[in-house]
Amino acid sequence: MHGVIDPATAGTLAPSEEPRGPLLQVRDLTVEFATRNGLVKAVKNVNLTVAKGETLGIVGESGSGKSVTSYTVMRILDRAGRIAEGSIAFSGIDIAHAGEKQMRDLRGREMSMIFQNPRAALNPIRKVGHQIGDVLLHHLQADPRNVKEKVIEILNQVRIARPEERYHAYPFELSGGMCQRIVIALALACRPQLMIADEPTTGLDVTTQKAVMDLVTELTRARGMSTLLITHDLGLAAAYCDTVMVMEKGEVVETAPAEQIFRNPQHPYTRKLMRATPRPGISLRDLLPEEAQTRGRVQASPRPNPPPQAGEGGPVAPVEAVATPDADVAASNPLPLAGEGREGAAAPAAGLSSVAKGSPAPAAEKTLQPLLKVENLVKEYPRQGAPIAFLAGLFGKKPAKEDGIFRAVDGISFEVGKGESVGLVGESGCGKSTTSTIVMRLIDATSGRITFDGEDLSAIPAKSFAHHPMRKRIQMVFQDPTESLNPRYTAARAIADPLLRMGGMSEGPALRAKVEDLAGMVGLPVDLLDRFPHQLSGGQKARVGIARAIALNPDLVILDEPTAALDVSVQAVVLNLLEDLKHKIGMSYLFVSHDLHVVQLLCDRVIVMRQGRVVEEGTAEQVLAAPKDAYTRELIAAIPHPPV
Amino acid sequence: MLKLITSRLLIAIPSLIGVVIVTFLLTRVLPGDTAAYFAGPAATPQAIAEIKTKLGLDKPLIIQFGDYVGALAKGDLGTSLSTGQPVITEITNRLPASAELTLSGLILALVIAIPFGIAAAVKQGSWVDHSCRILTTAGVSLPVFFTGLLLVYLFYFRLGWAPAPLGRLDAFAMAPDTVTGFYLIDTLIAGDVETFRAALAQLVIPALTLAIFALAPIARMTRASMLAVLSSEFVRTARAAGLTPWKVIIVYAFRNAMLPVVTTLGMVFSFLLGANVLVEKVFAWPGIGSYAVEALITSDFAPVQGFVLAMAILYVLLNLMIDIAYGIIDPRARSEA
Repeated sequence: MHGVIDPATAGTLAPSEEPRGPLLQVRDLTVEFATRNGLVKAVKNVNLTVAKGETLGIVGESGSGKSVTSYTVMRILDRAGRIAEGSIAFSGIDIAHAGEKQMRDLRGREMSMIFQNPRAALNPIRKVGHQIGDVLLHHLQADPRNVKEKVIEILNQVRIARPEERYHAYPFELSGGMCQRIVIALALACRPQLMIADEPTTGLDVTTQKAVMDLVTELTRARGMSTLLITHDLGLAAAYCDTVMVMEKGEVVETAPAEQIFRNPQHPYTRKLMRATPRPGISLRDLLPEEAQTRGRVQASPRPNPPPQAGEGGPVAPVEAVATPDADVAASNPLPLAGEGREGAAAPAAGLSSVAKGSPAPAAEKTLQPLLKVENLVKEYPRQGAPIAFLAGLFGKKPAKEDGIFRAVDGISFEVGKGESVGLVGESGCGKSTTSTIVMRLIDATSGRITFDGEDLSAIPAKSFAHHPMRKRIQMVFQDPTESLNPRYTAARAIADPLLRMGGMSEGPALRAKVEDLAGMVGLPVDLLDRFPHQLSGGQKARVGIARAIALNPDLVILDEPTAALDVSVQAVVLNLLEDLKHKIGMSYLFVSHDLHVVQLLCDRVIVMRQGRVVEEGTAEQVLAAPKDAYTRELIAAIPHPPV
Repeated sequence: MLKLITSRLLIAIPSLIGVVIVTFLLTRVLPGDTAAYFAGPAATPQAIAEIKTKLGLDKPLIIQFGDYVGALAKGDLGTSLSTGQPVITEITNRLPASAELTLSGLILALVIAIPFGIAAAVKQGSWVDHSCRILTTAGVSLPVFFTGLLLVYLFYFRLGWAPAPLGRLDAFAMAPDTVTGFYLIDTLIAGDVETFRAALAQLVIPALTLAIFALAPIARMTRASMLAVLSSEFVRTARAAGLTPWKVIIVYAFRNAMLPVVTTLGMVFSFLLGANVLVEKVFAWPGIGSYAVEALITSDFAPVQGFVLAMAILYVLLNLMIDIAYGIIDPRARSEA
């Protein structure tokens, strides 16, 4: 990250006067989109400079224009979008006015791109080797005779094991991390000067993210390439960028060297983003903007309802009251920072903002009455060949010897106490979602026992559980707030759904009043209740999902990555809302997530899973501050965070 | 791949059994008394009863079914009462005529519809797109007998470019020796260019009639799935890698867009087999469709059963071909089997 950069150009905003000049210079760029409601400016007066060998991070939440900016640089905007004003100079070429033929020569050879969601970014029905070969052949970096050889060489460079074999693989045969390596190979195949990485690791596990980002950094540095890293993750930007540019609603609000921007953010929006990023050694309340905090309550969206009385909040008090600076914990925090040369910055900064974790710790020490008890839960799946087995059965043949059994959940046991929040953490494929789905009784376990409030839940088949009286007491909040709402139901109808089905209520003013009441509890303005999901923002949809889940006063709510699809500032508000609701209603949470920092904020206890087994269990503090298992340590070490 | 084919063939067996049962029952519940029809309007009840016994229609249904299945196993589809010919020979004589017509119509439709659909998607909102819309709307809204008659009126009656719509060959030409049953292929095998041209001339207008009907769904589906694929992320990746538009559209987009098109093709083919009945009537085409219609009118159940069975086998084979095509295009489908 550092070695290659000329200190004079690194992080300098003013156009460089040196003869070498910047590689990429964007001046007063405005991009318009023709939409049904007229022209919309997605990017307004953006200026940016990337020097040779520099890594510039563009940080912002959804809708900030960061992706549009990068697409404009490559001129791969949708047909509806166009450059309204401004100029883009890429090593002396005027990108805004270059011909399509010239752009095609630049794309892939001089500038290339890595995309979010690597699996979708690859052609699903073309061998990955051929896809890389296409790029090499097009840019005359290889001829048909030696193309395979060159592709394998590139696959080797991106550390793909057994490249000769993988040359013939299709994207669906490879893991997400492996696909991203292929996308990187595709982007680096012709040794471009500039690489644009658009959320390259979103959706990947933290350990994979670290491996992918380290690989990108290493390869780009070795070749003296410049990188434009687009991300919503401040931690990632801090760890891998020289300069960081923060965007909000199409405009650049702040640009500064990475260290400086995290140490001393100037713009209020930057500060808000920083606060909202989960990081070690803070409490849930610290995520909220300062103004909201002094009020001591979660009020992210303005709404007409009077704020609930402070007394209801239970143990939730203004943070300042319970906060005691805990510099010792922070200083001895064993979490290594992913960035290099920034360790020094971490300790004092962390000391400033770190506070003792509030109420959860004492609560966890008490022996709680168990609400949910899971014992030796096992879920097996046949590896493949279900239709063949069906056919074999049809013709009276014995099914093939069961060699291919896959254990998604491999004998796990845990408990959730009354009023307790337990986090179930692990990477994709570790069995955490399968576990939560079994607890929710959507699928049957292969073996094992689930006891809920003294009653044996595993005895009830998944098929009939939907009509079981216990069903009311367990609810779920889903990962994707958009996908989990019926697009043809208004917010009010979605919230009323459980009340109608299981709450014994019928259409009428009483139902409406109850729905409005619930909307008030989750901070959803009442005037939004008659909107459809597509008319609501991500955070508002998340609130609808939560209101729906708490409508029947459940005892246990399973939260399946409820904030994974949300921007950090929205996540901060939603997490606080969940915390408030828990105390108000007295629910227990089973929080399923891949993000240890988020889990630590909301949960009393954390269970770390790997390959269907529990590798570590303990209080949130224990697991994060002093992980016992090597895997947990690896997981924690892989999370990048800003040096705050 | 072999595994895929065997598994699909195995799945087809229950449906074929079902078809045999259903066609048998259907022909028995159809209105009209076969025996009464063949005995003639002046027949006495005794004569009708005699015919009934001769045809085995007085036996219980289950015995009749047993006889039917037993004969079927020996390749005997029964004898047509109106023509006196074994159904199996009639079908094998007439099926190639229908197949040649249907396939020509389908290939013609594909050749027109697919490039049109691709062009409409790539140049969305342009004149190509609009003319594609007009053509597809016309294709679905005009019934085949109407387009058939219109084309005959225009090209035979008005312009005189096409020969009289009177079957597969005009009266002066000799049918080629049967190898495949497809005149276009058989004439070429025999090296008889003149007959080939005569057969082709007879085929063009009815095939065009079918093609106009078939191209609408194909063009629409091609356009829709191309639009979806063109906006997908891997196409963006290909564009970001600087590949030429031709490579992006054909290798990256179209191969992916073909999957739904292939599915549509299967459906279109089965529609065509139905539409055939009318086209064969209009053009006096000696195909299987007109044979079945005539049999149905006369309550001649053996040919009807034979026809439905032949169609069912054709569908099964067609679906198998579609599955294989899927397997060739999409590696995911291959690995699923």
